[in-house]
Amino acid sequence: MSPPSTSVEPAAGHGDHPRFLAHHFDTPGQQFSAGKLGMWIFLVTEILLFGGLFCWYAVYRSNHPEIFEYAHRYLDKTLGAINTLILITSSLTMAWGVRCAQLGQRRLLVLCLALTLAGGSGFLGIKYVEYRQKWREGLLWASRFNPKEPPPAAAPATPKARPGKPASAWPPGLTEKPQALAPAATPAQREPVPQHVGLFFSIYFMMTGLHGIHVIAGMTAIGWILVRSVQGHFGPLYFGPVDYVGLYWHLVDLVWIYLFPLLYLIH
Amino acid sequence: MSTDASAIEIQSSVPEHGPLGHVVPPAVLLAVFAALVVLTVVTVAAAGQWFNFGSWSLWIALTIATVKASLVALYFMHLRYDQPFYGLIFVTALLFLAIFLGIVLLDVSGYQPDIQGG
Repeated sequence: MSPPSTSVEPAAGHGDHPRFLAHHFDTPGQQFSAGKLGMWIFLVTEILLFGGLFCWYAVYRSNHPEIFEYAHRYLDKTLGAINTLILITSSLTMAWGVRCAQLGQRRLLVLCLALTLAGGSGFLGIKYVEYRQKWREGLLWASRFNPKEPPPAAAPATPKARPGKPASAWPPGLTEKPQALAPAATPAQREPVPQHVGLFFSIYFMMTGLHGIHVIAGMTAIGWILVRSVQGHFGPLYFGPVDYVGLYWHLVDLVWIYLFPLLYLIH
Repeated sequence: MSTDASAIEIQSSVPEHGPLGHVVPPAVLLAVFAALVVLTVVTVAAAGQWFNFGSWSLWIALTIATVKASLVALYFMHLRYDQPFYGLIFVTALLFLAIFLGIVLLDVSGYQPDIQGG
């Protein structure tokens, strides 16, 4: 893996003596294809890893749809949608970063990677807000599911609350809990609460948690190539690491594209 | 800045190709991004209170997600421009995932009469 030490020029990503061409590869193209093949095989193992969890989800949802229809109302759709948009945007900046690396646009590459990192941080920040809220309200996995409040009313009851008197009904709810609870609790108490609702949150925390770990891993990798791009390591003949890390980041995005509707948007 | 100089040469000669293959043009990146944003809005709206697709809503949501995932895989992950072998690896993984999910769900459906409501 040690690069040939013949060149000392930091920006020597071009020409006849590529600095980062490992000695066991004949050409930069061969090196790039080999690395890319390895990355894709790794991504396949990631797909199968998440596949097990998606299978778990599918089995429990097909057996107990009532749990999912009830419990998903505890999740904040708006935060989920914002996080989806953040991840999509960070995928754009990552893909643009690969383009910059291919064209040797160093400053733009650094900017794209920094924006991608910012996107990842934003995603994790919002995830933290969601987790903290779930923790405080006792919305945890399996037997740790001890909700303090029923979930917001289901779709048919919402139109009554919203267009009615938004100015008078909602602002007190933010400060005084008993007043806000009174109208919301009446329809919710009538509806039967399914058993084992904690199952939904076991799945929720396991899937979003594993996904969050992948976001952290992706950000670590992006941090690594950010440092290397500041040092000017990447250019038209050597941009493999940017490309591979990009592939990983897009896979993290792909998983979230499915998690968001499956967990937040159940009808 | 010698890298930047060589970049300009490559850009001016063949705008969409570097020495190691295709470079995705900004217009394509932005169009894919716009499509992803629009589809996100559509999937949120379809699950909102204005529509009620009943049992179809899961399949509508999954179809939209799959269109989004395909856009990411084809353009952001470059599969459309790469040699087809990487795409073959990816599709093979999805195929095995489908077999896994399909057979498990087939088994699950066999036990439906015995399942007690939650």
